[in-house]
Amino acid sequence: MPLLDIKNLSVEFTTRAGTFRAVDGIDLTVDEGEVVGIVGESGSGKSVTSLAVMGLLGGNGRIIADRMSFAGTDLLTLEPSKRRKITGKDVAMVFQEPMTSLNPCFTVGFQIMETLRVHEGLTGKALRHRAIDLLEQVGIPAPETRLSAFPHQLSGGMNQRVMIAIAIACNPRLLVADEPTTALDVTIQKQILDLLVRLQKERGMALILITHDMGVVAETAQRVAVMYAGQLAETRPVADLFARPRHPYTGALLDALPERALGKRRLPTIPGMVPGIADRPAGCLFSPRCRFATDRCRAERPALLDVDNGRARCFYPLPDGQVAAEGAIQ
Amino acid sequence: MLRFILTRVSLVIPTFLGITFLTFILIRLVPGDPIEVRVGERGIAPERLAQFRHELGLDLPLWRQFLDYVWNVMTGDFGVSLITHNSVLSEFVTLFPATLELALAAMLFATLLGLPAGILAAVKRGSLFDHGVMGISLTGYSMPIFWWGLLLILFFSVGLGWTPVSGRLDLLYYIEPTTGFMLIDTLLVGEYGAFWSALHHLILPTIVLGTVPLAVVARMTRSAMLEVLGEDYIRTAHAKGLSDSRVIGLHALRNALIPVVTVIGLQVGTLLGGAILTETIFSWPGIGKWLIESIGRRDYPALQGGVLLIATSVIAVNLLVDVLYGVLNPRIRHAR
Repeated sequence: MPLLDIKNLSVEFTTRAGTFRAVDGIDLTVDEGEVVGIVGESGSGKSVTSLAVMGLLGGNGRIIADRMSFAGTDLLTLEPSKRRKITGKDVAMVFQEPMTSLNPCFTVGFQIMETLRVHEGLTGKALRHRAIDLLEQVGIPAPETRLSAFPHQLSGGMNQRVMIAIAIACNPRLLVADEPTTALDVTIQKQILDLLVRLQKERGMALILITHDMGVVAETAQRVAVMYAGQLAETRPVADLFARPRHPYTGALLDALPERALGKRRLPTIPGMVPGIADRPAGCLFSPRCRFATDRCRAERPALLDVDNGRARCFYPLPDGQVAAEGAIQ
Repeated sequence: MLRFILTRVSLVIPTFLGITFLTFILIRLVPGDPIEVRVGERGIAPERLAQFRHELGLDLPLWRQFLDYVWNVMTGDFGVSLITHNSVLSEFVTLFPATLELALAAMLFATLLGLPAGILAAVKRGSLFDHGVMGISLTGYSMPIFWWGLLLILFFSVGLGWTPVSGRLDLLYYIEPTTGFMLIDTLLVGEYGAFWSALHHLILPTIVLGTVPLAVVARMTRSAMLEVLGEDYIRTAHAKGLSDSRVIGLHALRNALIPVVTVIGLQVGTLLGGAILTETIFSWPGIGKWLIESIGRRDYPALQGGVLLIATSVIAVNLLVDVLYGVLNPRIRHAR
C-alpha cells in the first residue's frame, strides 16, 4: 500500500467569473521513503495539489477525489481535529518563501518548540534540547543562541533551514517541499537542496519535491510527475523520463534546459502560455503550443495512456528512444 | 531604550510651546476678560477695572504676559485659579482621577468589546455577523456624543430608571478620596453600597465616551486581522497542525495587535476630548467639566494649565504606545 494514495483529485475554486478547476483529475502515489518530483510551469496546479494534500486550501477551494488517503487513513472524510493530528506531525510541509513563512512576532525557538509541544507534548528542558538538536541537524551554527532570534534577524537561507527544522521536528513520514529553493540565491539553493536530500535519506521519509527546475528533479527524485494546466501530462521514473520523454511537453521542457542546448545560438523555448480560466482549448490542453498537434488533438481531449514504465496524456506519444530534439520546438 | 525615551521627550518641547501659545491666544480672543465676566452687566468704575487688571497683570503687553507664563510653567508654577484661588496644579490633580477613571473605563469597554468583535468579524468575513458589526460600528462612529448621551439618559435613566442621571456617586455617600478613583476608594473603606452606586454612575458615561473608540477598535481589528490572515505564516501555522483557535488567537492576533495598539493610543486623545462633552452631559466632576466652566469664567490660568496638563497626559500615553509597539513588534525593537 502506498503511503500517499491519490486517485482522480480535482480542486475547484469558486470565483466571480465562475468555477475554476485548478487541478483536474490528478493521480499520485508516493511510497514510503520515495522521492517524487512534481514539475510544471507556474499555474500548472503543483502548489494547489500539495495544499490539497496538506488540507491547507482554506474555505474557497473544493476538493473532489475518488481517493485521497495517507497511510491507510482516508483524508477525504477525516474530521478536522483528527486531520490536525496528522498535519505537521506525519505529513509536514516546507514553503516557497522562507522570509514570510515564519511568524515575525515569535522567536525561532518558540516556533520550533510549538510543534513539538502540540504533537509530542514535550516541555521544559527536553523540549529545548530537541529544538537545539533540530537546528543542529539542519546546519544552523550556534543553535543555542539562535533559539531566541527572530526571523527578521536571520537570512533567507537560515529561515528556510528553520522551516525545515519545524517540518522534520516530529519525524514526518512524508515531507512536502513546495519550491523550497525558488526564493533563495543560487549558492544557497544547492545547500538547501542537499540538506533536504540528506535528511530524506537519513530518516527514510518520503519526499514530494515541487519545482519548476528539471535539473533539481533529475538530481533528487526517483519518480517524476509533469503537470500542465492542472492535469498530469506525464508520470515516469526519473531515468526513463529524462532519457525518453513521451509527452511533447516533457520533451520541450527538457530541450529548454541550458545544458541540453549547448552549441545552439538561442535557448529553445515553448511558445505561448499555460491556458487560463477563459481560454481553455477544446482539445488537448497543450495543443495550442504543441508542434505535433493534429486536428484530432485540437478537437478531443486525450486520456492518460500507458507508456513504458508510466503514463502520458497524449494521442501521439513521442517514439521510444527519440529525444525530442529541435522537432518539438517551433 | 532610555535613549529612545529621552529623544522622544525632547521632541515634545515644541509641541508644548505650540499648545501653550495657542491656548493663550485663543482664550484672549474670546470677548471679555476675567474681570469683565465677573462684574457682569452692572458695570464698574474704569479706575477700579484698571486696578483689578493691574493686580492680575492683564495690563501688561501680551508678549510679556506670555513670556511670564512660559517662565512660570517651566519653573513648575501653573498659577492660581482666578475664581477659587487654589493652585491650578492642585485643582487638576484633584479632578484628574475622575476623568481618568471614566477614560479608563471607556477604553476598557471599547477594547474588551471591540477586539473580539473585530476578530470574529474578520474570521467570519462576509457573514451576517460581519456586516452587522461593521454597520453598527459605522453608526457608532458617526453618532454625535452629546446626542447619544442624551438619548441614553432618556431611555435608561428617565424611562427605565436603571441608571442615575448624573454625578459620580449617590448623595447618600461621602467617600474621602484616597486614590481619586471612586471604584477603588469605595472598596478601600469597605462601603460596598457606595461601590455599587459608583459603578451604576459609571455605566452610561462609559458607554457614551467609549462608543467612538469601540467603533474604531472593532473596525481596525477587523482590517488588521483580515490582512494578517492572508499571510504566509498563518498557512505555516495551519501546516503545523495547530488548532484554529491557536492560529487565530495567537499567531494572527499577535501580529494584528500592532496597528490596533497604535489606534488605541491615538484614541486616548479623542477620549480626553470626548470627556469634555461627556462630563458636561453627565455632570461628571472631572477635568472636562472644569475646563468648560473655566472658559465660561475666563479663568485664564486654570484653562491654560488644564489644557497643558491634558496635553502632557496625551503625549505621555503616546510615548507609552510607542514603547509598547516596540515590545509587540520585534522588528521595531531591534531597529532601535
